[in-house]
Amino acid sequence: MPDLIAKSALGFAPFTLAGTTLAEVDMGQITAIAPFPGQSEALSRALGMAFPAPGAVTQSGDARLVWAGRDIAFLIGPVPPDGLPAAVTDQSDGWVSLALTGACTVDVLARLVPLDLRAAQSGQVFRTALNHLPLIVLVGIERSFTLLTYRSMAKTAWHEITEAMVKVGARAATG
Amino acid sequence: MRLTCPLCGPRDRREFYYYGAADYLRRPAEGASPDDWNDYLHNRDNPAGLTQDLWYHEQGCCAWLKVTRNTVTHEIVAVEAVAVADAGGAA
Amino acid sequence: MRIDGKGRIDRTRPVTFRFDGCTYAGYKGDTLASALIANDVRVVGRSFKYHRPRGILTAGSEEPNALVEIIGPSNQTPNTRATVQELFEGLEVRSQNRWPSLGFDLLEVNDLVAPFLSAGFYYKTFMWPRRFWEGLYEPLIRRAAGLGSLSGRHDEGVYEKAWAHCDMLVIGAGPAGLMTALTAARAGADVILADESSELGGRLLSDEAEIDGAPAVEWVAGVVAELTSMPNVRLMTRTSVTGAYDDGTFGALERVGLHRRPRPNLPRECFWRIVAKRSVLAAGALERSVAFEDNDRPGVMMASSLPTYLNRYGVVPGKRIALFTNNDSARATARSLMAAGVEVAAIIDSRTDAPDEPGMVVHKGAQVVRARGRMGLREITIAKGGTQTRLEVDCLGVSGGWNPTLHLTCHMNGRPRWSDELAAFVPNEGAIPGMMVAGAANGTFSTHGCLAAGAEAARASLEALGLGSGAVDLPQTTDAPYNIAPLWQVPGKGRAWLDFANDVTVKDVALSAQEGFRSVEHMKRYTTQGMAPDQGKNSNVAALAVLADATGRGIVQTGTTTFRPPYTPVSIAAMGAGGRGDGFAPQRFLTSDQASRDRGAPMIETGLWYRPSYFPKPGETTWREACDREVSMVRSSVGVTDVSTLGKIDIQGPDAGRFLDFVYSNTVSTLPLGRVRYGLMLREDGHVLDDGTCARLGEDHWLMTTTTAAAGLVMRHLDFVQQAFCARWRVRFASVTETWAQFAVAGPLARDLITSELGRAPGLPFMGCTTVTVQGVQGRLFRISFSGEEGYEIAVPTRYGEALFRDLTARAETMGGGLYGMEALNVLRIEKGFITHAEIHGRTTAFDIGMERMVSAKKDCIGKAAAARPGMTGPEREQLVGLTPLTDSPVTAGAYLFAQGVALTRENSAGYITSVGYSPTIQSHLALGFLKDGRARHGETLRLIDRLRGVDVLCAVVDPVFHDPKGEKLRA
Ligand SMILES: [Zn+2]
Repeated sequence: MPDLIAKSALGFAPFTLAGTTLAEVDMGQITAIAPFPGQSEALSRALGMAFPAPGAVTQSGDARLVWAGRDIAFLIGPVPPDGLPAAVTDQSDGWVSLALTGACTVDVLARLVPLDLRAAQSGQVFRTALNHLPLIVLVGIERSFTLLTYRSMAKTAWHEITEAMVKVGARAATG
Repeated sequence: MRLTCPLCGPRDRREFYYYGAADYLRRPAEGASPDDWNDYLHNRDNPAGLTQDLWYHEQGCCAWLKVTRNTVTHEIVAVEAVAVADAGGAA
Repeated sequence: MRIDGKGRIDRTRPVTFRFDGCTYAGYKGDTLASALIANDVRVVGRSFKYHRPRGILTAGSEEPNALVEIIGPSNQTPNTRATVQELFEGLEVRSQNRWPSLGFDLLEVNDLVAPFLSAGFYYKTFMWPRRFWEGLYEPLIRRAAGLGSLSGRHDEGVYEKAWAHCDMLVIGAGPAGLMTALTAARAGADVILADESSELGGRLLSDEAEIDGAPAVEWVAGVVAELTSMPNVRLMTRTSVTGAYDDGTFGALERVGLHRRPRPNLPRECFWRIVAKRSVLAAGALERSVAFEDNDRPGVMMASSLPTYLNRYGVVPGKRIALFTNNDSARATARSLMAAGVEVAAIIDSRTDAPDEPGMVVHKGAQVVRARGRMGLREITIAKGGTQTRLEVDCLGVSGGWNPTLHLTCHMNGRPRWSDELAAFVPNEGAIPGMMVAGAANGTFSTHGCLAAGAEAARASLEALGLGSGAVDLPQTTDAPYNIAPLWQVPGKGRAWLDFANDVTVKDVALSAQEGFRSVEHMKRYTTQGMAPDQGKNSNVAALAVLADATGRGIVQTGTTTFRPPYTPVSIAAMGAGGRGDGFAPQRFLTSDQASRDRGAPMIETGLWYRPSYFPKPGETTWREACDREVSMVRSSVGVTDVSTLGKIDIQGPDAGRFLDFVYSNTVSTLPLGRVRYGLMLREDGHVLDDGTCARLGEDHWLMTTTTAAAGLVMRHLDFVQQAFCARWRVRFASVTETWAQFAVAGPLARDLITSELGRAPGLPFMGCTTVTVQGVQGRLFRISFSGEEGYEIAVPTRYGEALFRDLTARAETMGGGLYGMEALNVLRIEKGFITHAEIHGRTTAFDIGMERMVSAKKDCIGKAAAARPGMTGPEREQLVGLTPLTDSPVTAGAYLFAQGVALTRENSAGYITSVGYSPTIQSHLALGFLKDGRARHGETLRLIDRLRGVDVLCAVVDPVFHDPKGEKLRA
């Protein structure tokens, strides 16, 4: 056991308003896997799960392989085996993960993200921006979203999202 | 303005970074003449009509894109990846 | 005056409001304008230039006169259109452009000296003497002419920005827009219907049209109910679509909270970015006036506003009303007023062949030549066939015809087309890709025509969307013709007003033509016609027609000015919503942030990062004391600082070495495992892009560091080089800046501190690297230095960053060391002549910084060819040097260098200063800078001049490495 104390990016209590909740979540192990040219299929065989198409997630048991950009995917869950035909970097500490769930998630994100998320399907993933922050959007069931941005920007992300929630909440309360 | 990223689909222009003319893709070979380098670095057409330039999907998939667009009508004619995935670029 | 039984206001909900300190009553559903009319308030503002009393002219967002200030608890909003502002309990309103009061305005003297204040007056009069301009003329003009006033405080109101996406955006919810939206929605399209009013229906709410044999408002209610029930429809009331942009993007401003008492957190406005696959502009048309003498008197109004005030708000602005028209549309107005029991004294119709109107006096071939009544209309003069008669009225409705609201079609460079038949500009098809124009906005004025056009626009749009035909049955309604005989101005001696908001008269436009400003663009700028907040919505076409007359050309030959966004004013606060305070820019915080703040460190921004400036100790009164102490501490014992902001890029693959050799100017591929090398990166144009270190972590595994400033830039550059030039190479990279917390440990006791932290000696040579276990955590250790002392950088996964930082700090302090901040870090590197982006600012070459030998001759690299161009090296270049002042005087970055004795002119500048600091080690102020042929001039004395900050100091030119030039401490 390490003697150094590990800290999460924020350590904030969940924030709930208008039936919508923002909470910091721990995604566990996140590993970026970027196959070398021509190695996507070999990589898929070695991992036992298909390298995802743009915007998609593939799954094998508890392991998810999430498309994360041009020729790169994030393996969420297990530590990958050695010797993959790919560049492999541990990204577990690089991102803050925020879960946005509840009634007004889509309205809140419409204040922040330049995408139409109304019809987003569970299992879709988008690389985009949350105002000026880099953003990975993982779409969950029932209009829930997991939002990943750079860990150092966690407070700004929290500020922007809760501000949007407050305004959406005030609109909802006004009718 | 919107660009349709071949990987991400149609996106607002604020996700993209503009670099310059697509001429930057035609880098002179090692040992090319100073004139070739001068052309490559500095000389650009300024067409009324179709032009090609380079955009980077910075707030997105990080693909570099070659955009063909019309400077008169603002129409985006084509958006292509500079490097085709798993195939290689200008090699 | 309120009319019983009329209007859509809620008479069960009275509302009180204040206007210029007086309390008035209205009803929920009133606009401020309708409530003022109900209270017989006639003068609502003073005009911009002449301070003439003005009343309400229109019932819509095009209003040029009734601009008021809304006084809120935390803000004051000038130029609010009383015709748009809805009434709510406690609304506090102040009139504008009057001093001291609306009834008695001292600046009305401007009106008396009006002959001297014609168009161009300011340009001509206030030209000379020039020094009077800033001090006297401009403040004077601004006080006299200002449009409203600001509170002078921050606007503490809440604003919002949002995105919306749809298949079809329908702009305007009159008959055409409702029909479009209904047809498209029934076919399954995802529809947004936006209308600037509080209620959908457009002019169907005002006019007494019939649809399917019933009042049109019943049809509207049915359609709105159906649209409201559909999940694929979003109805956006109080939303003005303000701009049309490329690829189906629109800007729109929603009034969210402006129509109600302020509530906490409720946005005042929301600025929408709407992305639509198709759009239909159904924004209707705006009635225009006819210019005649004193046609700006309160009580002279647009004819079409009268049925709106009557049927929507149950008010009429007069007891005895006349109508002045050149077309058929005012007839329905007259009939509505008559039916409501209002006396219509006469219809003055300029057309000799005008139709009769049963039960009314119609003066055919007649014109209104003058209005009287300074504070409110009392009388008009009618001219017909050479005879003039006077008619006592307190309200005159004027209709000079209709201008289609085609503004959005011009936002992408489209120009409208003149229609002789309509005597109006109509939009050109295809002016906005994907947009169709329907109804009055397209010059189709009958209700039947609008419904049919709306259905057709929906059909064509659905087809383009691949959503079928969208066939619907058209409701039955009237198809009245629109006959018009153009009339722009009534000849006369007095001033006849075109642009009410900017006080532009017919004579001003004629004067413009006379003085040679004959082009419409020149006339606009000369007279300021169309440049007020209303952007000339009432006056543009008339002014153009007057100009055409004055120059003897037709309207087509005269051309038209174009329309640009926004259609109606958009507050900067809405466009910048969320951008104040913490929302101004993303903030990046180090894991050590709280620990640094706990120690009282002021934080400074470096890019988006917040870094500690210095760590004050008790008794220290200036930042310099802390900085000097921290520098000395690093030079004498050990210092710790957080360097996690440096960019870190993990590079892997069999071709990684080859790739690094291509992007670095020097060779990196030959680096042994476990070693670090300094690397220099060039832009393709041969200038320095960035510098940093590169560590070899494994056979095919490297870690590149970049400067804090260029981390994003370098990532983008590497992506470009890889994707454009070597996409087939087996190399991939990823940013790991965020995944590692990294701390520099520097000083003679650095090794001891690392030994204490690791529980073993680091055993690393200079420029070595290794993996280490830090208190049970897997980390990395590099022996590199940016201070010139023996230095290490120790990295752990970010989650452990704060713990390691606090632990290192505690251990350093027991050894007589401690934390150092950015100020000390800067001095330490200046003492060593290490560069940052102050030096590699984009115009420096490897030669300039003395690193030309780092451009390897053995291989190609980005920037190599261009770096060899003539002019990129040689004695003409400004080269990096050190400078020390001869006296104990501070020096400043940005100062210029001159040889002694030369004139201090730009041509004689020999160089400039990039970095400065006080060195407690050398006990002198130091500077780094660039000096022409600098390396050959060590030992010279130069003048350092900073005129902005009053610095004039003699300096000695020295080697840029001030401290330990042989690097013995570094390699110890
Ligand atoms: Zn993309």
